[in-house]
Amino acid sequence: MKPFSYMRAAGPAQASAAAANEQDAKFIAGGTNLLDLMKLQIETPDRLVDINHVGLDGVAETQEGGLRIGALVRNAVLAAHPSVRRKYAVLSRALLAGASAQLRNRATTAGNLLQRTRCYYFYDTTKPCNKREPGSGCAALGGFNRIHAVLGTSEHCIAAHPSDMAVAMMLLGAVVETLRPDGGTREIPLEQFYKLPGDTPEREHVLERGELITGVVLPPPPDGRQVYRKVRDRASYAFALVSVAAIIDADGKSRLAFGGLAPKPWRVAGADGMSDPDAIADAVLAGAVGHGGNDFKIPLTRRVIRAVLRDAGSA
Amino acid sequence: MALTDVVEFSLKVNGQARELALDPRTTLLDALREHLELTGSKKGCDHGQCGACTVLVNGTRINSCLTLAVMHEGDEVTTIEATDDAVLSALQAAFVEHDGFQCGYCTPGQICSAVGMIAEFAAGMPSHVTEALEQDRAAMSDLEIRERMSGNICRCAAYPNIVRAIAQAAETPR
Repeated sequence: MKPFSYMRAAGPAQASAAAANEQDAKFIAGGTNLLDLMKLQIETPDRLVDINHVGLDGVAETQEGGLRIGALVRNAVLAAHPSVRRKYAVLSRALLAGASAQLRNRATTAGNLLQRTRCYYFYDTTKPCNKREPGSGCAALGGFNRIHAVLGTSEHCIAAHPSDMAVAMMLLGAVVETLRPDGGTREIPLEQFYKLPGDTPEREHVLERGELITGVVLPPPPDGRQVYRKVRDRASYAFALVSVAAIIDADGKSRLAFGGLAPKPWRVAGADGMSDPDAIADAVLAGAVGHGGNDFKIPLTRRVIRAVLRDAGSA
Repeated sequence: MALTDVVEFSLKVNGQARELALDPRTTLLDALREHLELTGSKKGCDHGQCGACTVLVNGTRINSCLTLAVMHEGDEVTTIEATDDAVLSALQAAFVEHDGFQCGYCTPGQICSAVGMIAEFAAGMPSHVTEALEQDRAAMSDLEIRERMSGNICRCAAYPNIVRAIAQAAETPR
Protein backbone atom coordinates (compact mmCIF):
# COMPACT_ATOMS: atom_id res chain seq x y z
CA MET A 1 0.00 0.00 0.00
CA LYS A 2 1.27 3.50 -0.84
CA PRO A 3 1.63 5.87 2.11
CA PHE A 4 -1.24 8.28 2.78
CA SER A 5 -2.28 10.75 5.42
CA TYR A 6 -5.33 9.84 7.47
CA MET A 7 -7.96 12.08 8.98
CA ARG A 8 -11.22 11.32 10.75
CA ALA A 9 -13.87 13.83 9.66
CA ALA A 10 -16.33 15.07 12.27
CA GLY A 11 -19.06 16.09 9.81
CA PRO A 12 -19.99 16.02 6.12
CA ALA A 13 -18.86 19.60 5.38
CA GLN A 14 -15.45 19.02 6.94
CA ALA A 15 -15.10 15.75 5.01
CA SER A 16 -15.99 17.35 1.69
CA ALA A 17 -13.62 20.28 2.23
CA ALA A 18 -10.78 18.00 3.31
CA ALA A 19 -11.18 15.80 0.25
CA ALA A 20 -11.29 18.81 -2.07
CA ASN A 21 -8.04 20.26 -0.72
CA GLU A 22 -5.87 17.32 -1.68
CA GLN A 23 -5.01 16.33 -5.25
CA ASP A 24 -5.78 12.66 -4.79
CA ALA A 25 -7.97 12.22 -1.73
CA LYS A 26 -10.51 9.47 -1.15
CA PHE A 27 -13.33 9.12 1.30
CA ILE A 28 -13.21 5.87 3.23
CA ALA A 29 -16.35 4.39 4.79
CA GLY A 30 -16.60 0.58 4.91
CA GLY A 31 -13.34 0.32 3.00
CA THR A 32 -14.17 -3.19 1.80
CA ASN A 33 -13.45 -2.36 -1.85
CA LEU A 34 -11.10 0.62 -1.46
CA LEU A 35 -8.59 -1.13 0.82
CA ASP A 36 -8.67 -4.21 -1.39
CA LEU A 37 -7.69 -1.97 -4.33
CA MET A 38 -5.13 0.00 -2.30
CA LYS A 39 -3.30 -3.18 -1.33
CA LEU A 40 -2.91 -3.94 -5.04
CA GLN A 41 -1.93 -0.29 -5.73
CA ILE A 42 -4.82 0.09 -8.14
CA GLU A 43 -6.04 2.92 -5.90
CA THR A 44 -3.22 5.11 -4.54
CA PRO A 45 -4.76 8.04 -2.64
CA ASP A 46 -2.48 10.58 -0.87
CA ARG A 47 -5.12 11.23 1.75
CA LEU A 48 -7.89 9.15 3.29
CA VAL A 49 -10.82 11.02 4.79
CA ASP A 50 -12.61 8.68 7.21
CA ILE A 51 -16.33 9.46 7.03
CA ASN A 52 -17.50 6.78 9.45
CA HIS A 53 -18.22 9.40 12.12
CA VAL A 54 -19.98 12.10 10.10
CA GLY A 55 -23.51 10.87 10.88
CA LEU A 56 -25.58 10.17 7.71
CA ASP A 57 -26.42 6.73 9.11
CA GLY A 58 -30.19 6.95 9.47
CA VAL A 59 -33.14 5.64 7.46
CA ALA A 60 -36.23 7.87 7.53
CA GLU A 61 -39.50 8.24 5.66
CA THR A 62 -39.76 11.32 3.45
CA GLN A 63 -42.76 13.66 3.37
CA GLU A 64 -43.65 12.23 -0.03
CA GLY A 65 -43.95 8.73 1.43
CA GLY A 66 -40.59 7.54 0.18
CA LEU A 67 -37.44 6.66 2.09
CA ARG A 68 -34.22 8.61 2.68
CA ILE A 69 -31.26 6.29 3.26
CA GLY A 70 -28.14 7.82 4.79
CA ALA A 71 -24.88 7.33 2.87
CA LEU A 72 -23.32 5.50 5.82
CA VAL A 73 -26.15 2.99 6.40
CA ARG A 74 -24.52 -0.43 6.26
CA ASN A 75 -25.78 -2.88 3.66
CA ALA A 76 -26.81 -5.39 6.35
CA VAL A 77 -28.75 -2.77 8.30
CA LEU A 78 -30.54 -1.55 5.18
CA ALA A 79 -31.47 -5.10 4.10
CA ALA A 80 -32.99 -5.80 7.53
CA HIS A 81 -34.75 -2.45 7.95
CA PRO A 82 -38.50 -3.04 8.54
CA SER A 83 -39.61 -0.43 5.95
CA VAL A 84 -37.29 -1.83 3.30
CA ARG A 85 -38.40 -5.42 3.96
CA ARG A 86 -42.06 -4.44 3.83
CA LYS A 87 -42.17 -1.82 1.06
CA TYR A 88 -39.00 -2.22 -1.01
CA ALA A 89 -38.50 -5.99 -0.93
CA VAL A 90 -36.52 -5.92 -4.18
CA LEU A 91 -33.88 -3.77 -2.46
CA SER A 92 -33.71 -6.03 0.57
CA ARG A 93 -33.41 -9.09 -1.69
CA ALA A 94 -30.72 -7.50 -3.85
CA LEU A 95 -28.64 -6.53 -0.82
CA LEU A 96 -28.95 -10.01 0.71
CA ALA A 97 -27.85 -11.57 -2.59
CA GLY A 98 -24.60 -9.59 -2.55
CA ALA A 99 -21.23 -10.31 -0.93
CA SER A 100 -20.92 -12.08 2.45
CA ALA A 101 -22.40 -11.27 5.85
CA GLN A 102 -19.08 -9.81 7.04
CA LEU A 103 -18.84 -7.52 4.02
CA ARG A 104 -22.49 -6.44 4.26
CA ASN A 105 -21.92 -5.51 7.91
CA ARG A 106 -19.23 -3.05 6.86
CA ALA A 107 -20.14 -1.93 3.34
CA THR A 108 -22.21 1.26 3.09
CA THR A 109 -24.95 2.53 0.81
CA ALA A 110 -22.75 5.16 -0.87
CA GLY A 111 -19.74 2.85 -1.04
CA ASN A 112 -21.81 0.14 -2.70
CA LEU A 113 -22.82 2.61 -5.43
CA LEU A 114 -19.18 3.58 -5.96
CA GLN A 115 -17.56 0.13 -5.90
CA ARG A 116 -15.32 -0.66 -8.86
CA THR A 117 -15.63 -3.44 -11.41
CA ARG A 118 -14.29 -6.94 -10.68
CA CYS A 119 -12.85 -7.28 -14.23
CA TYR A 120 -9.83 -9.58 -13.80
CA TYR A 121 -7.65 -7.30 -15.91
CA PHE A 122 -8.57 -4.18 -13.94
CA TYR A 123 -7.24 -6.07 -10.90
CA ASP A 124 -4.11 -7.42 -12.63
CA THR A 125 -1.59 -4.58 -12.75
CA THR A 126 0.65 -6.53 -15.15
CA LYS A 127 -2.06 -6.33 -17.86
CA PRO A 128 -3.30 -3.41 -19.95
CA CYS A 129 -6.53 -1.79 -18.74
CA ASN A 130 -7.96 1.51 -19.99
CA LYS A 131 -9.94 1.98 -16.80
CA ARG A 132 -6.91 1.60 -14.53
CA GLU A 133 -4.37 3.16 -16.90
CA PRO A 134 -6.08 5.17 -19.67
CA GLY A 135 -4.63 4.48 -23.10
CA SER A 136 -2.97 1.18 -22.16
CA GLY A 137 -5.55 -1.01 -23.95
CA CYS A 138 -8.15 -3.59 -22.89
CA ALA A 139 -6.92 -7.09 -22.13
CA ALA A 140 -10.47 -8.33 -21.55
CA LEU A 141 -11.51 -7.88 -25.21
CA GLY A 142 -9.32 -10.74 -26.38
CA GLY A 143 -8.99 -12.43 -23.01
CA PHE A 144 -11.18 -14.26 -20.51
CA ASN A 145 -14.40 -12.28 -20.46
CA ARG A 146 -17.00 -14.63 -18.98
CA ILE A 147 -18.08 -12.03 -16.39
CA HIS A 148 -18.00 -9.02 -18.70
CA ALA A 149 -20.65 -6.74 -20.17
CA VAL A 150 -22.66 -7.26 -23.36
CA LEU A 151 -24.48 -3.89 -23.36
CA GLY A 152 -23.23 -0.30 -23.08
CA THR A 153 -19.60 -1.23 -23.70
CA SER A 154 -17.05 0.50 -25.93
CA GLU A 155 -13.96 -0.58 -27.83
CA HIS A 156 -12.00 0.69 -24.81
CA CYS A 157 -13.73 -1.19 -21.99
CA ILE A 158 -16.17 -4.08 -21.50
CA ALA A 159 -16.13 -4.18 -17.68
CA ALA A 160 -19.44 -4.88 -15.92
CA HIS A 161 -20.78 -3.03 -12.88
CA PRO A 162 -20.73 -5.46 -9.93
CA SER A 163 -23.45 -4.11 -7.62
CA ASP A 164 -26.70 -5.87 -6.79
CA MET A 165 -28.00 -3.03 -4.60
CA ALA A 166 -27.66 -0.46 -7.37
CA VAL A 167 -29.76 -2.59 -9.74
CA ALA A 168 -32.69 -2.52 -7.32
CA MET A 169 -32.20 1.21 -6.67
CA MET A 170 -32.14 1.89 -10.42
CA LEU A 171 -35.44 0.04 -10.76
CA LEU A 172 -36.98 1.96 -7.87
CA GLY A 173 -36.02 5.34 -9.35
CA ALA A 174 -33.56 6.31 -6.62
CA VAL A 175 -32.04 9.79 -6.40
CA VAL A 176 -28.50 10.35 -5.06
CA GLU A 177 -28.05 13.39 -2.80
CA THR A 178 -24.63 15.02 -2.55
CA LEU A 179 -22.77 17.79 -0.76
CA ARG A 180 -20.11 19.80 -2.57
CA PRO A 181 -17.04 21.43 -1.04
CA ASP A 182 -18.59 24.91 -1.56
CA GLY A 183 -21.57 23.87 0.58
CA GLY A 184 -23.92 23.39 -2.37
CA THR A 185 -26.00 20.26 -2.75
CA ARG A 186 -27.16 18.22 -5.74
CA GLU A 187 -29.87 15.67 -6.37
CA ILE A 188 -28.77 13.27 -9.08
CA PRO A 189 -31.21 10.64 -10.37
CA LEU A 190 -29.39 7.31 -10.32
CA GLU A 191 -30.32 7.04 -14.04
CA GLN A 192 -27.92 9.95 -14.63
CA PHE A 193 -25.31 9.05 -12.01
CA TYR A 194 -23.19 6.53 -13.91
CA LYS A 195 -21.28 7.18 -17.13
CA LEU A 196 -20.82 4.65 -19.89
CA PRO A 197 -17.16 3.94 -20.71
CA GLY A 198 -16.95 5.49 -24.19
CA ASP A 199 -13.35 6.61 -24.58
CA THR A 200 -12.99 7.56 -20.88
CA PRO A 201 -13.67 4.31 -18.98
CA GLU A 202 -11.78 5.72 -15.97
CA ARG A 203 -14.71 8.16 -15.43
CA GLU A 204 -17.48 6.02 -13.94
CA HIS A 205 -19.83 8.61 -12.43
CA VAL A 206 -20.67 12.29 -12.41
CA LEU A 207 -19.33 13.16 -8.94
CA GLU A 208 -16.79 16.00 -8.82
CA ARG A 209 -13.71 16.40 -6.64
CA GLY A 210 -14.65 16.55 -2.97
CA GLU A 211 -18.33 15.90 -3.67
CA LEU A 212 -19.73 13.62 -0.96
CA ILE A 213 -22.77 11.38 -1.29
CA THR A 214 -24.95 12.18 1.72
CA GLY A 215 -27.84 9.84 1.00
CA VAL A 216 -30.13 8.07 -1.44
CA VAL A 217 -33.83 8.88 -1.68
CA LEU A 218 -36.38 6.33 -2.86
CA PRO A 219 -39.75 7.50 -4.18
CA PRO A 220 -42.90 6.04 -2.58
CA PRO A 221 -43.04 2.25 -2.98
CA PRO A 222 -44.47 1.08 -6.31
CA ASP A 223 -47.54 -1.12 -6.68
CA GLY A 224 -46.91 -4.69 -7.72
CA ARG A 225 -44.85 -7.66 -6.79
CA GLN A 226 -41.11 -7.03 -6.33
CA VAL A 227 -38.59 -9.70 -7.31
CA TYR A 228 -34.80 -9.98 -7.46
CA ARG A 229 -33.41 -12.96 -9.32
CA LYS A 230 -29.63 -13.47 -9.44
CA VAL A 231 -27.86 -16.08 -11.55
CA ARG A 232 -24.28 -16.82 -10.50
CA ASP A 233 -21.64 -19.52 -10.51
CA ARG A 234 -22.12 -20.40 -6.80
CA ALA A 235 -25.23 -20.45 -4.63
CA SER A 236 -23.81 -17.73 -2.39
CA TYR A 237 -21.05 -15.12 -2.21
CA ALA A 238 -20.49 -14.61 -5.95
CA PHE A 239 -21.09 -11.73 -8.33
CA ALA A 240 -24.01 -11.91 -10.75
CA LEU A 241 -23.59 -13.32 -14.22
CA VAL A 242 -27.05 -11.91 -14.86
CA SER A 243 -29.48 -10.46 -12.35
CA VAL A 244 -32.98 -9.10 -12.81
CA ALA A 245 -34.82 -6.71 -10.51
CA ALA A 246 -38.52 -6.62 -11.34
CA ILE A 247 -41.79 -4.99 -10.38
CA ILE A 248 -44.71 -6.92 -11.81
CA ASP A 249 -48.32 -5.75 -11.49
CA ALA A 250 -51.47 -7.87 -11.25
CA ASP A 251 -51.90 -7.84 -15.06
CA GLY A 252 -48.40 -9.21 -15.58
CA LYS A 253 -47.05 -5.88 -16.82
CA SER A 254 -43.48 -5.33 -15.69
CA ARG A 255 -40.65 -2.89 -15.10
CA LEU A 256 -37.17 -4.41 -15.05
CA ALA A 257 -33.54 -3.54 -14.33
CA PHE A 258 -30.51 -5.74 -14.92
CA GLY A 259 -27.16 -6.45 -13.31
CA GLY A 260 -24.14 -8.23 -14.79
CA LEU A 261 -24.93 -7.06 -18.31
CA ALA A 262 -23.46 -3.57 -18.58
CA PRO A 263 -21.02 -1.01 -17.14
CA LYS A 264 -23.91 0.29 -15.03
CA PRO A 265 -27.19 -1.13 -13.74
CA TRP A 266 -29.17 -1.46 -16.96
CA ARG A 267 -32.67 -0.11 -17.53
CA VAL A 268 -34.57 0.00 -20.80
CA ALA A 269 -37.54 2.28 -20.22
CA GLY A 270 -38.95 1.27 -23.62
CA ALA A 271 -39.66 -2.21 -22.24
CA ASP A 272 -41.75 -0.87 -19.32
CA GLY A 273 -45.33 -2.05 -19.23
CA MET A 274 -44.77 -5.05 -21.47
CA SER A 275 -45.81 -8.50 -20.35
CA ASP A 276 -44.52 -10.75 -23.15
CA PRO A 277 -41.08 -12.04 -22.08
CA ASP A 278 -39.74 -12.39 -25.61
CA ALA A 279 -40.78 -8.88 -26.57
CA ILE A 280 -39.13 -7.59 -23.39
CA ALA A 281 -35.96 -9.54 -24.14
CA ASP A 282 -35.88 -8.20 -27.71
CA ALA A 283 -36.14 -4.64 -26.40
CA VAL A 284 -33.61 -5.07 -23.58
CA LEU A 285 -31.05 -6.99 -25.62
CA ALA A 286 -31.20 -4.77 -28.71
CA GLY A 287 -27.58 -4.07 -29.60
CA ALA A 288 -26.16 -6.66 -27.20
CA VAL A 289 -22.74 -7.94 -28.28
CA GLY A 290 -20.87 -10.89 -26.81
CA HIS A 291 -17.07 -11.02 -26.68
CA GLY A 292 -16.58 -14.78 -26.82
CA GLY A 293 -16.51 -15.86 -23.19
CA ASN A 294 -19.68 -14.00 -22.30
CA ASP A 295 -21.81 -14.80 -25.37
CA PHE A 296 -23.96 -17.01 -23.12
CA LYS A 297 -25.24 -13.98 -21.21
CA ILE A 298 -27.49 -12.96 -24.11
CA PRO A 299 -29.62 -16.16 -24.25
CA LEU A 300 -29.32 -16.49 -20.45
CA THR A 301 -30.87 -13.05 -19.98
CA ARG A 302 -33.75 -14.02 -22.26
CA ARG A 303 -34.38 -17.14 -20.19
CA VAL A 304 -34.11 -15.33 -16.85
CA ILE A 305 -36.69 -12.76 -17.99
CA ARG A 306 -39.00 -15.62 -18.96
CA ALA A 307 -38.47 -17.38 -15.61
CA VAL A 308 -39.06 -14.23 -13.55
CA LEU A 309 -42.34 -13.42 -15.33
CA ARG A 310 -43.51 -17.03 -15.26
CA ASP A 311 -42.81 -17.36 -11.51
CA ALA A 312 -44.56 -14.06 -10.78
CA GLY A 313 -47.59 -15.18 -12.76
CA SER A 314 -47.89 -18.49 -10.94
CA ALA A 315 -47.53 -16.93 -7.50
CA MET B 1 1.11 15.54 8.68
CA ALA B 2 3.94 13.87 6.81
CA LEU B 3 2.91 10.82 4.86
CA THR B 4 4.92 8.42 6.98
CA ASP B 5 3.76 9.74 10.35
CA VAL B 6 2.78 7.27 13.01
CA VAL B 7 -0.70 7.60 14.47
CA GLU B 8 -1.29 7.02 18.18
CA PHE B 9 -4.61 5.61 19.28
CA SER B 10 -6.19 3.02 21.52
CA LEU B 11 -8.37 -0.02 20.93
CA LYS B 12 -10.30 -2.10 23.41
CA VAL B 13 -9.46 -5.70 22.59
CA ASN B 14 -11.13 -8.55 24.47
CA GLY B 15 -12.02 -6.16 27.26
CA GLN B 16 -8.56 -4.62 27.65
CA ALA B 17 -7.53 -1.11 26.55
CA ARG B 18 -4.49 -1.34 24.29
CA GLU B 19 -2.33 1.61 23.20
CA LEU B 20 -0.95 1.59 19.68
CA ALA B 21 1.38 3.77 17.61
CA LEU B 22 1.08 2.62 14.00
CA ASP B 23 1.57 3.54 10.39
CA PRO B 24 -2.00 4.36 9.28
CA ARG B 25 -1.72 1.70 6.57
CA THR B 26 -1.86 -1.04 9.23
CA THR B 27 -4.99 -3.15 8.92
CA LEU B 28 -6.89 -4.21 12.01
CA LEU B 29 -5.74 -7.76 11.30
CA ASP B 30 -2.05 -6.79 11.20
CA ALA B 31 -2.45 -4.66 14.33
CA LEU B 32 -3.87 -7.68 16.18
CA ARG B 33 -1.34 -10.17 14.88
CA GLU B 34 1.87 -8.16 14.58
CA HIS B 35 1.48 -5.51 17.28
CA LEU B 36 -0.77 -6.98 19.96
CA GLU B 37 0.49 -10.57 19.75
CA LEU B 38 -3.00 -11.90 19.16
CA THR B 39 -2.23 -14.37 16.39
CA GLY B 40 -5.50 -16.31 16.66
CA SER B 41 -7.06 -14.26 13.86
CA LYS B 42 -5.60 -15.64 10.64
CA LYS B 43 -4.47 -14.06 7.40
CA GLY B 44 -5.71 -16.18 4.51
CA CYS B 45 -6.30 -14.13 1.36
CA ASP B 46 -5.91 -10.62 2.89
CA HIS B 47 -8.65 -9.44 0.47
CA GLY B 48 -11.91 -10.26 2.27
CA GLN B 49 -12.59 -13.39 0.26
CA CYS B 50 -11.83 -16.19 2.74
CA GLY B 51 -13.10 -15.02 6.14
CA ALA B 52 -10.13 -16.37 8.14
CA CYS B 53 -9.56 -12.90 9.62
CA THR B 54 -13.14 -12.47 10.90
CA VAL B 55 -13.38 -10.66 14.25
CA LEU B 56 -16.21 -8.86 16.05
CA VAL B 57 -16.18 -5.08 16.28
CA ASN B 58 -18.77 -3.73 18.74
CA GLY B 59 -20.37 -7.18 18.47
CA THR B 60 -20.61 -7.21 14.66
CA ARG B 61 -18.58 -9.63 12.55
CA ILE B 62 -16.31 -8.07 9.94
CA ASN B 63 -13.22 -8.93 7.88
CA SER B 64 -10.33 -7.46 9.89
CA CYS B 65 -8.09 -7.49 6.79
CA LEU B 66 -10.30 -4.96 4.99
CA THR B 67 -10.32 -2.25 7.62
CA LEU B 68 -7.61 0.01 9.02
CA ALA B 69 -6.81 -0.28 12.72
CA VAL B 70 -6.81 3.51 13.08
CA MET B 71 -10.45 3.62 11.94
CA HIS B 72 -11.39 1.71 15.10
CA GLU B 73 -10.23 4.08 17.81
CA GLY B 74 -12.70 3.65 20.66
CA ASP B 75 -14.20 0.46 19.26
CA GLU B 76 -14.42 -2.85 21.13
CA VAL B 77 -12.79 -5.72 19.28
CA THR B 78 -13.44 -9.36 20.16
CA THR B 79 -11.12 -12.08 18.81
CA ILE B 80 -10.94 -15.84 19.19
CA GLU B 81 -8.71 -15.23 22.24
CA ALA B 82 -11.65 -13.76 24.23
CA THR B 83 -12.31 -15.82 27.35
CA ASP B 84 -15.49 -14.27 28.71
CA ASP B 85 -17.86 -14.69 25.77
CA ALA B 86 -20.33 -17.51 26.49
CA VAL B 87 -21.39 -17.99 22.86
CA LEU B 88 -17.79 -18.07 21.68
CA SER B 89 -16.93 -20.64 24.36
CA ALA B 90 -19.94 -22.78 23.43
CA LEU B 91 -18.87 -22.69 19.78
CA GLN B 92 -15.30 -23.69 20.65
CA ALA B 93 -16.60 -26.70 22.60
CA ALA B 94 -19.03 -27.64 19.81
CA PHE B 95 -16.31 -27.44 17.14
CA VAL B 96 -14.21 -29.86 19.20
CA GLU B 97 -17.16 -32.17 19.86
CA HIS B 98 -18.22 -32.29 16.19
CA ASP B 99 -14.73 -32.22 14.70
CA GLY B 100 -15.55 -29.02 12.85
CA PHE B 101 -12.13 -28.67 11.26
CA GLN B 102 -9.22 -30.49 9.74
CA CYS B 103 -6.16 -28.23 9.52
CA GLY B 104 -7.75 -25.59 11.76
CA TYR B 105 -6.55 -22.52 9.89
CA CYS B 106 -10.02 -21.18 9.12
CA THR B 107 -11.42 -22.14 12.55
CA PRO B 108 -10.90 -18.86 14.48
CA GLY B 109 -12.63 -16.99 11.65
CA GLN B 110 -15.41 -19.59 11.48
CA ILE B 111 -16.04 -19.33 15.21
CA CYS B 112 -15.96 -15.52 15.38
CA SER B 113 -18.20 -15.41 12.33
CA ALA B 114 -20.63 -17.84 13.97
CA VAL B 115 -20.78 -15.65 17.11
CA GLY B 116 -21.84 -12.76 14.89
CA MET B 117 -24.22 -14.93 12.92
CA ILE B 118 -26.03 -16.16 16.04
CA ALA B 119 -26.45 -12.53 17.19
CA GLU B 120 -27.78 -11.52 13.75
CA PHE B 121 -30.26 -14.39 13.91
CA ALA B 122 -31.44 -13.29 17.35
CA ALA B 123 -31.83 -9.72 16.06
CA GLY B 124 -34.15 -10.99 13.31
CA MET B 125 -31.84 -10.27 10.37
CA PRO B 126 -33.03 -12.04 7.19
CA SER B 127 -30.76 -13.82 4.70
CA HIS B 128 -30.80 -14.62 1.00
CA VAL B 129 -32.54 -17.96 1.71
CA THR B 130 -35.14 -16.59 4.17
CA GLU B 131 -38.47 -17.18 2.45
CA ALA B 132 -40.66 -14.54 4.06
CA LEU B 133 -38.96 -11.16 4.51
CA GLU B 134 -41.88 -9.86 6.57
CA GLN B 135 -41.52 -12.41 9.35
CA ASP B 136 -39.70 -11.18 12.42
CA ARG B 137 -37.22 -14.01 12.56
CA ALA B 138 -36.22 -16.80 10.21
CA ALA B 139 -36.17 -20.36 11.50
CA MET B 140 -32.63 -21.68 12.04
CA SER B 141 -31.87 -24.44 9.55
CA ASP B 142 -28.81 -25.98 7.89
CA LEU B 143 -29.64 -23.98 4.76
CA GLU B 144 -29.73 -20.73 6.75
CA ILE B 145 -26.45 -21.55 8.50
CA ARG B 146 -24.72 -22.39 5.21
CA GLU B 147 -25.92 -19.19 3.52
CA ARG B 148 -25.06 -16.98 6.49
CA MET B 149 -21.60 -18.58 6.84
CA SER B 150 -20.73 -18.36 3.12
CA GLY B 151 -18.12 -15.68 3.83
CA ASN B 152 -15.96 -18.28 5.60
CA ILE B 153 -14.16 -20.70 3.33
CA CYS B 154 -12.81 -24.03 4.63
CA ARG B 155 -10.12 -25.37 2.31
CA CYS B 156 -10.40 -28.79 4.01
CA ALA B 157 -14.17 -28.76 3.34
CA ALA B 158 -15.16 -29.60 6.91
CA TYR B 159 -18.48 -27.89 6.22
CA PRO B 160 -20.89 -30.65 7.36
CA ASN B 161 -19.30 -30.74 10.81
CA ILE B 162 -19.00 -26.95 10.98
CA VAL B 163 -22.76 -26.69 10.34
CA ARG B 164 -23.45 -29.32 13.05
CA ALA B 165 -21.24 -27.52 15.55
CA ILE B 166 -22.87 -24.15 14.91
CA ALA B 167 -26.40 -25.60 15.02
CA GLN B 168 -25.65 -27.18 18.40
CA ALA B 169 -24.00 -24.09 19.88
CA ALA B 170 -26.84 -21.86 18.69
CA GLU B 171 -29.28 -23.95 20.73
CA THR B 172 -27.09 -24.26 23.82
CA PRO B 173 -28.94 -22.63 26.73
CA ARG B 174 -26.91 -19.87 28.35
